[in-house]
Amino acid sequence: MLETTPKAQIDAVKGTARVIDISRLSLTFETSDGPVQALSEIDLAIERGEFVSLIGPSGCGKTTLLRVIADLETPTSGAITVNGLSPSEARLERAYGYVFQAPALYPWRTIARNVALPLEIMGLSKEERKERVQRNLDLVNLIGFEKRFPWQLSGGMQQRASIARALAVDPELLLMDEPFGALDEIVRDKLNEQLLRLWNKTQKTVVFVTHSIPEAVFLSTKVVVMSPRPGRIHDIIECGFARDRTLEIRETPRFLEIANRVRNGLRQGHSYVD
Amino acid sequence: MSTERGASFLLERLAGGSAFPILVVVGFILAIWYVGAFFMNLDLQRDKFANANQAYSMSDLIEGTMSQERPRLPAPHQIAQEIDKTVFELSPTSKRSLVYHGEVTLQATLLGFAIGSALGMLLAVMIVHAASLERSLMPWIIASQTIPIIALAPMIVVIMNQFDVTGIVPKATISAYLSFFPVTVGMVKGLRSPDPLQLDLMRTYSASRLQTFFKLRAPASVPFLFASLKVAVAASLVGAVVAEMTKSEDGGFGARLLAGSYYGQTIQIWAALFAAALCAAMLVWIVTIADRAVSKRMGYVR
Repeated sequence: MLETTPKAQIDAVKGTARVIDISRLSLTFETSDGPVQALSEIDLAIERGEFVSLIGPSGCGKTTLLRVIADLETPTSGAITVNGLSPSEARLERAYGYVFQAPALYPWRTIARNVALPLEIMGLSKEERKERVQRNLDLVNLIGFEKRFPWQLSGGMQQRASIARALAVDPELLLMDEPFGALDEIVRDKLNEQLLRLWNKTQKTVVFVTHSIPEAVFLSTKVVVMSPRPGRIHDIIECGFARDRTLEIRETPRFLEIANRVRNGLRQGHSYVD
Repeated sequence: MSTERGASFLLERLAGGSAFPILVVVGFILAIWYVGAFFMNLDLQRDKFANANQAYSMSDLIEGTMSQERPRLPAPHQIAQEIDKTVFELSPTSKRSLVYHGEVTLQATLLGFAIGSALGMLLAVMIVHAASLERSLMPWIIASQTIPIIALAPMIVVIMNQFDVTGIVPKATISAYLSFFPVTVGMVKGLRSPDPLQLDLMRTYSASRLQTFFKLRAPASVPFLFASLKVAVAASLVGAVVAEMTKSEDGGFGARLLAGSYYGQTIQIWAALFAAALCAAMLVWIVTIADRAVSKRMGYVR
C-alpha cells in the first residue's frame, strides 16, 4: 500500500530539505513468464539540492526506480513521497521535469515550440511561454536554433533541447534517465560540465540514472550503487566534491578512490557466475 | 541562358527526371494498342468490304480498322478526337459535353469525399479512444468493404428515394461509402503511431486526454492521413461513377458509360473512361500538393 508518511507531511509543511523519501519499496512486474521482481526493499532519502546518481548494470531497476518517482510505474509495496506528496499528486502538481534516454522531441514542432510544449499544457500566457523558452534555451546554449526542426540538430543538441524542455516547467526536481547514454564521450564530457554548472546555478535537485562510473562520480553528491535480480541498493557513497568542480577533478586521488569503490560495489553486486 | 545550353538542360531534365521514363512506357503502350486495335477490328472491316463487294489493299484495311464508327477497340487517336470534340468543341451546357458530365461527377465526388473523410476520421478517433468500440465496430467496417458496391448502389438509391432524398446526396453517399474506409484504417494507424516515450512525456506533464490528442496523436497522424486521403479521393470518384450508372438521369461519367454501352458507342465509353481517369489523377495530384505544403510546414520534408 502507498501511504504518505506523517513525518514527510510534517517536513513538507515545515519546508525542510527532504525531496524524496523512499522506504521498503518493492515492485513486481507480472509478465507472461511469471512475476519478475524489479525492485526489492529500496530505502533512499534525497535532500534538497542534492545530485544523486543511480548506477548499476542493466536490469538492476535503476530506470524503474526513477519511473516510480515520476509516477510512471506503481510500486507493489512500500512507501514513497515526493515533496511530501504521493508520486501521483506530485506529478499532477508538475513537481518534476523528466529527461528521457532519447530526446523524444516532437518532429513536427520547432525547437522553440518543443520547449514550449509543457508550458502550453500548463496553460501559460503567450508572453510567459516566450520568456521561459528564451531563458531555458539560453541555459543550454541553444539560442539561434529556435526555428529549427529537431532533425536539423545533432544528437547532443537535441538532448540539450530536451533538457531545456524539462527545465522550462521550472521544477524543483529533475529526473534524468541516461540522458547522455547515446552520445559520444567528448560530447558527453561537455554536457556533463554544462549540466553541473546548470545544477550549481539553479540549485535544483537531480536524480540521474547512468551506467558510466566517471559520469556518476563526477556529477554526484551521492552515488547509489544498485545490483540486479532483484533490483536493490548495494551501496550509497557520498562524494563531497566542491559544487563548482571541473572535469580536472577526475585526475585527483579522491576521485579515483570513489570510482574504485563504485566499481567494486558493482562487481560484488553482480550476480553472474564467471 | 543560351539556346544551346537550354536545349542540353532540357535533355538532361528529360533523361534524369520522371517524364522521360513515363513517355517511353506511354509510347510502348500506344504501339501495342494500335496493333491490338488492328487485329480486334480486322474481321469487322473484312466483312464490311465483303458486303460492299469491294476490293481492298492492306493499307485500306489498316485505315479501315482505325476509323470505324463502332470499333471493338477504338484506336487511341479516335478516343483523343472524341475527347477533343466533347470537351473543347461542344458547349459545356450540352448533354453530350464531357465538361458537363465531369462537373456532375466531380460534385458528387467532392461531397462524397468530404463526408467519407469526416466519417473516416471520426470513426478512427472513436476506435483509438475506446477498446470496446474497436471490437464492436471494426468487424462491421471491414465487412462493409466486402460487399460489392455495384450491388449495393441501387439499393442505397432506392431506399434514400423512399425518404425523398434525391439528387446529389445518394450519389455522394455511395461515394462516401467507398472513401471512408482507407481514411479510418490510415488514421487509426496514425493516431497510434506515437512511441511510448512521447506518450510518457505527456504523462509527466499531467496532460489531459484532450491535450494528448491535439498536441501528440493528431499531429503524429497527419502523414498517415494524407496517404489515406490520396486513396480515398480516387475511391470517391469510383463511387460517384458507380452511383451514376444507377442514377443515370442526372448525367455524369457513369451515365455516359452506361449510355455508350447501350448503343455500342465504344469510342464514347473509352472517352468517358479516360476523362474519369484524368479527373481522378487530378484529384490525387491536388491532395499531393496539399500534403507537400502541410509536410513542409510541419518539418517532415527534409
